[in-house]
Amino acid sequence: MLGDAFGYLFDGSNWSGPNGIGAFAVQQLLLTVTAMVLAVALGLPLALYLGHRRRGGFLAVNVSNIGRAVPVFAVLLMLSLGPVGSAELGPYGRAGLATLIALVLFALPPLITNAYVGITEVDRDIVEAARGVGMSGRQVFTRVELPLAMPVVMTGVRIALVQVWATATIAALVAGPGLGRIITRGFANQATYEVVAGAILVALGALVLEGLAVVAERYADPMRRATNRPTAGRRTPSRNTTVGAPG
Amino acid sequence: MTVRADDVAQCYVDNDWLCGQYLSDYRPELTDATVQHLWITVVSVLVGLAVAIPLALLARRNPTVESLVVGGTTIIYTIPSLALFSLLLPFTGLSATTVIIGLALYSLTILVRNVLAGLRSVPPDVVESARGVGYSDARLLTRVELPLALPVIMAGLRVATVSTVALVTVGSIVSYGGLGNLLLSGFNRNFKAQILAASVLCVLLAIAFDLLLVALQRALTPWTRHAG
Repeated sequence: MLGDAFGYLFDGSNWSGPNGIGAFAVQQLLLTVTAMVLAVALGLPLALYLGHRRRGGFLAVNVSNIGRAVPVFAVLLMLSLGPVGSAELGPYGRAGLATLIALVLFALPPLITNAYVGITEVDRDIVEAARGVGMSGRQVFTRVELPLAMPVVMTGVRIALVQVWATATIAALVAGPGLGRIITRGFANQATYEVVAGAILVALGALVLEGLAVVAERYADPMRRATNRPTAGRRTPSRNTTVGAPG
Repeated sequence: MTVRADDVAQCYVDNDWLCGQYLSDYRPELTDATVQHLWITVVSVLVGLAVAIPLALLARRNPTVESLVVGGTTIIYTIPSLALFSLLLPFTGLSATTVIIGLALYSLTILVRNVLAGLRSVPPDVVESARGVGYSDARLLTRVELPLALPVIMAGLRVATVSTVALVTVGSIVSYGGLGNLLLSGFNRNFKAQILAASVLCVLLAIAFDLLLVALQRALTPWTRHAG
């Protein structure tokens, strides 16, 4: 069975054409990147600002619980049957807009919660000290809070990325775009090897993205060179708020 | 058999999202789907918990086991549900087992971490005192460590259960998705009332589970009530 799946994957003819693996892979990557850019642009500034002002904590933390409780599948269906529709959207394919909206919606909770928690859990004494030496609110944010919060914020980005990839896969159940289509096509054709081949691609894609995000997280940490006490000023973030939901 | 137009509720004709008639006409389907959703959730989380506790006990004394367990479960957690169910398909086929194994693996990831963190949150002096008065390892674990770890374990159980309720819907790909089956058939028939009803039920189920677990935690850990 696994051999048949790999046979399918290594057969070049399965990669070409409008319904080939290549086209679906490009579609899914495009969806993932677009949704992440939109979600980061929408969610991060808001959450970081709220964290800096220490406002709206209830909402910022609970948005994750809501994101976990609402099924991705249901949101995709309601969007594509609702006013958004399932029309073709350029390179994003069928139901492209509905899929993009769903992806952004499910990327926002981990982004917002982690950015907010990251900023608010920076040691208060350090923030007070920064104010004490005469830093302005903006300076406190850019030079103290943001660098110290960076690992937690980036963890949120990583969780969001994996979530977006998973959500994009489920879009195939709505006959939408992406690599999930290989899985659903396999089910429709009763071709288990095709189902498994699609699943291998999706799983590998998720693991590669996760790996890249872990590397990016290290590079984005401004304190990675600090040798003495690399965690000075950082508290362990509350466990509950940094757990993502599997997609 | 012909049905006269005025025999059919207007919301069916208009394909409205909200349709009270749907709820009464499809009560058996809704009940069956909800029951399936419930038992798949409960069995998945319980299997996850049953595996998580021994794994956490092994991992807490052995750093190699810990990194293996944490690393391995992180990899599983990264795999999207549709792919995970599909990868299990050759082994367990179109069955509830496929969905349960997949969801138990996701729950396991959250639970093993929280059980570990919970056990480590037990103050060392408490453990020392218990040993001092002659508690055996087994009694120490069941009477002292696990009860004190319970709040953290329960927090993990809530996260695992709520996300499991949402994820069961994806099980509709192998026809065992509880309310997800109604979502999929609603989509295939372009039946909006069914999609809205199943979605709302799904969210209500998640909220009900969460409240139930909060109540359970309060009942099991009366000493934490003052701290809120």
